Amino acid sequence: MISKEEVKHIAKLARLGLTEKEIRKFQKELSSILDYMEKLKKVDISKVEPTSHSIKVENIMRGDTPEEKKLETREKLIEMAPETKEGFLKVKSILK
Amino acid sequence: MLYCKKILSEMDLTRLTIKEAHQGLVKKEFSALELCKAYLDKIKKKDRELFAFLTVNEDLALSQAKRIDNLISGGKEISPIAGIPAAIKDNILVENIRCTAGSKILENYIAPYDASVIKKLKAQGAVILGKTNLDEFALGSSTENSAFGPTRNPHDLTRVPGGSSGGSAAAVAADLCVYALGSDTGGSIRLPASFCGVVGLKPTYGAVSRYGLIAFASSLDQIGPITKNVEDCKIVFEVIKGKDEMDSTSTEKYVPIKKLKIEETKIGVPKEYFVKGIDPEVEKVIRQAIKKYEEMGAKIEEVSLPHTEYALPAYYIINPSEASANLARYDGIKYGFSIEKTEKPKNLLDVYLESREEGFGDEVRRRIMLGTYALSAGYYEAYYLRAQKVRTLIRDDFEKVFKKVDALLTPVSPFLPFKIGERIEDPLSMYLVDVYTVSINMVGLPAFSLPCGKVGNLPVGLQIIGRPFEENKILEIGQALENYDPPTAL
Repeated sequence: MISKEEVKHIAKLARLGLTEKEIRKFQKELSSILDYMEKLKKVDISKVEPTSHSIKVENIMRGDTPEEKKLETREKLIEMAPETKEGFLKVKSILK
Repeated sequence: MLYCKKILSEMDLTRLTIKEAHQGLVKKEFSALELCKAYLDKIKKKDRELFAFLTVNEDLALSQAKRIDNLISGGKEISPIAGIPAAIKDNILVENIRCTAGSKILENYIAPYDASVIKKLKAQGAVILGKTNLDEFALGSSTENSAFGPTRNPHDLTRVPGGSSGGSAAAVAADLCVYALGSDTGGSIRLPASFCGVVGLKPTYGAVSRYGLIAFASSLDQIGPITKNVEDCKIVFEVIKGKDEMDSTSTEKYVPIKKLKIEETKIGVPKEYFVKGIDPEVEKVIRQAIKKYEEMGAKIEEVSLPHTEYALPAYYIINPSEASANLARYDGIKYGFSIEKTEKPKNLLDVYLESREEGFGDEVRRRIMLGTYALSAGYYEAYYLRAQKVRTLIRDDFEKVFKKVDALLTPVSPFLPFKIGERIEDPLSMYLVDVYTVSINMVGLPAFSLPCGKVGNLPVGLQIIGRPFEENKILEIGQALENYDPPTAL
């Protein structure tokens, strides 16, 4: 069983707000799912390489040069943000 | 109206396959506009009970249909999908149309561009009726995780259509569109196709561009067609496949269609897919389908995929890990739901915490938590790295078996379509629905669901799995069964 403190820690890492009730709910649910994952401990993986990608792919390189985007596309994207200022996204100040 | 028309009822027009509709358009038996209107009317009448659509774009659909009618009356040749009404899963972007991904966090998000598959469909003259319901961000197996309410199974309204592409599969099964696009991360095309009695293909990883698909688990996601029969599935796959410079994992590797002799085909039946836990009624229908292949002369062989039982736990580590990273972009700052609009948050952290708390549903938060846990310091090796190593073993299993056989036959799910509400409170019982489909995504193979019988009025899907980039071979194998034993209509 994972602890309430662990649930709170993970939620903070994931930037998820949780109520007290939800913390208890997640504690129970995550524990039972993680118990199910214990099954994997039965597999001998000592000589196995990990697979991150199913089909072999190669890196594709391109120059790091800015592309000219249509002004209209730029405006469309900026407009979606809840707070903007002079064509930039605005966030709460993080430095005092 | 200039068209010389046969008298066709609206019913007839909404029962056509892509090929039949194409022929009707070319022979001027009906216009693309009439075809489009017949579907829009039917959606108005029937979708109140099904809730397959989240958005219907009448204006766009009608203008696309008119354009095709102009081409036809101008004597121009049209593509096989031109003028044919389609539905698109609501995690695939269609420019200037709302795209919600079934989430409150994107409730008012308007897609700023077309996904590459949509560009391809539009270039071939597709008529896009609307966007279909899904589990939030495609996380789920029943479409009950949609923030906007569940879709119902057209075969039994008290049951789920499967998920996550439940809206797309239900729309095809109920004749609310001729075909649809879905996405499949661990079974999300094949499961709803099976539960709704239609054909659904998950292509090889890389066969279809993912550009413009809202990312869920990037090493597992693929877009694919959901259609009324195998022939239509081939037609749509031909249109959407291929390399795209906007998705560096897409490729042009592809094995072209060859006429296949079913008597020369070797088919494997993995014994690990017929163990305790499968509904005996489902097993019976699948065994009958396998027997029909034997009757047709295919060589059937029992094979073994020894790591099968580890696929589901490994999948449910890899999938949430990738999801937790992909879903980090919904932060209440760039786009989508933000508490900035309604409340006055004190600081930046509160913007993140509260926007994500209110914007995401239960399953999304559960997977983000799981993934964050599996990737966090101290647990990475025990969970994520271990799961990736198990992934290698699962891939080796399939590679070995595919040296001996051309294709594999399995059930799509051990279960029949279940009741709405039956599994939603117990996440693990929902995950078990995917036990036969997740391996395919972990290994990147092509696989599709083919209706092969019913239990009562509930459809059962046969899963046909192939080697990488051999979509055409497995579709040919499926077509053989369809010809041998034509399915009965809904």
